[in-house]
Amino acid sequence: MPDTLPPETPLLVTLRVNEHDHPLALDPRTTLLDALREHLGLTGTKVGCNHGTCGACTVHIDGRRQLACLVLAAAAQGRDIRTIEGLSDADGALHPMQAAFVAHDALQCGYCTPGQIMSAVACVTEGHTRTDAEIREYMSGNLCRCGAYPNIVAAVRDVAQQKAA
Amino acid sequence: MIPGPFAYYRPSSVAEAVGLLVRLGDEARPLAGGHSLIPMMKLRMATPEHLVDLAGVAGLKEIRDNGATITIGATVTQAELINSELLLRRLPILRETALQVADPQIRSKGTLGGNVANGDPGNDMPALMHCLNATYLLEGPAGSRLVPARDYYQGAYFTALGQGELLTGVSIPVPPLGHGYAYEKLKRKIGDYATAAAAVVLTLVDGRVATASIALTNVAATPLFAEAAGAIVLGSTLDAATVKRAAAAAKAITDPATDGRGTAEYRREMTGVMVSRALMKAAARARIGG
Repeated sequence: MPDTLPPETPLLVTLRVNEHDHPLALDPRTTLLDALREHLGLTGTKVGCNHGTCGACTVHIDGRRQLACLVLAAAAQGRDIRTIEGLSDADGALHPMQAAFVAHDALQCGYCTPGQIMSAVACVTEGHTRTDAEIREYMSGNLCRCGAYPNIVAAVRDVAQQKAA
Repeated sequence: MIPGPFAYYRPSSVAEAVGLLVRLGDEARPLAGGHSLIPMMKLRMATPEHLVDLAGVAGLKEIRDNGATITIGATVTQAELINSELLLRRLPILRETALQVADPQIRSKGTLGGNVANGDPGNDMPALMHCLNATYLLEGPAGSRLVPARDYYQGAYFTALGQGELLTGVSIPVPPLGHGYAYEKLKRKIGDYATAAAAVVLTLVDGRVATASIALTNVAATPLFAEAAGAIVLGSTLDAATVKRAAAAAKAITDPATDGRGTAEYRREMTGVMVSRALMKAAARARIGG
């Protein structure tokens, strides 16, 4: 490595997203969120506050839910990234959580929905669904300005019960 | 909401990271979880020209039981603290506090080292480290040194961390089995910083307080060790009058800002409430535990 690098040096980064490798040359400032949306055309992951408060950009990195707006794309190299586009089956069948959001009408405008669903999938996997209060606590990183919270809780509860059955 | 330009480095060892920080100088910053630094960079409140990512540095992820102390590597995440069986058994206040940091997504990325290192008075872990009398492990160009948490914070975002130094972990003396503990945090909503918060660790012998340590979050430019408040409760049964005197002593050392969380007067008053609640909860747990 040279002594110092000029900041404009593009970084060669390979991102593994939804089980596909994408080699990219990126400005070091590029967040994972911008890389997904602006470089890979995966616009399902939403830009909300862009500041780590709202959860609209939630994706899974190595199976854990994280905020794509606060992760540098360079730092996500070598990680297994899953976005809302990678949730459904290859034949297009909805993930059970997506289906539950439809069945329970767990959205109004829909802007926060991809982040809600990615967070909800992790919430069930983590086992934080024993009570509605626990679901609310562990879904607290995702804001819904339309106020669809009761239906979001119902969708998460439904999937957790399906899984337990 | 785009950071200023910077060059990105990804060292694989502490020595390499320190070497980079020394060579790159004042304009270099270490990056751990990035959940404090990257928002500040997006607001251009921080404009480092060089970012040294610690994610690839080996050996900073360990939670180690040394008997009398437990050491925790700097890049252990809040979620990893929460899920640690060892900490649940021997230092459960860490889990209780980590669960009140931000929200689940942030806890899955934000680190203990980042939370304690940067000197943000809103962070929860620094006061807890005061309460537990933890020691920070710093690695720098002149080798390693140990700094007590109670000596580390000099002002908001000003710390004892020297040029080229990296906080690589914390060492925490384990309180005796059966100790009582509580972290009581008043916040406006999930994810917010504390309006006021108090950490308490105590032990009881025959129903009387044998040892007590109290520390406060976000009611001054630095975390506060409420030494006098802790001394007041020693030997007491935590009767109402004693708790009130301890709360008053804690309030007396605060210097909160008036901000969106409330006026200075309100936040000082709430500090007393948090201290009282934390003392009572800790005492109840101590009786159950020991």
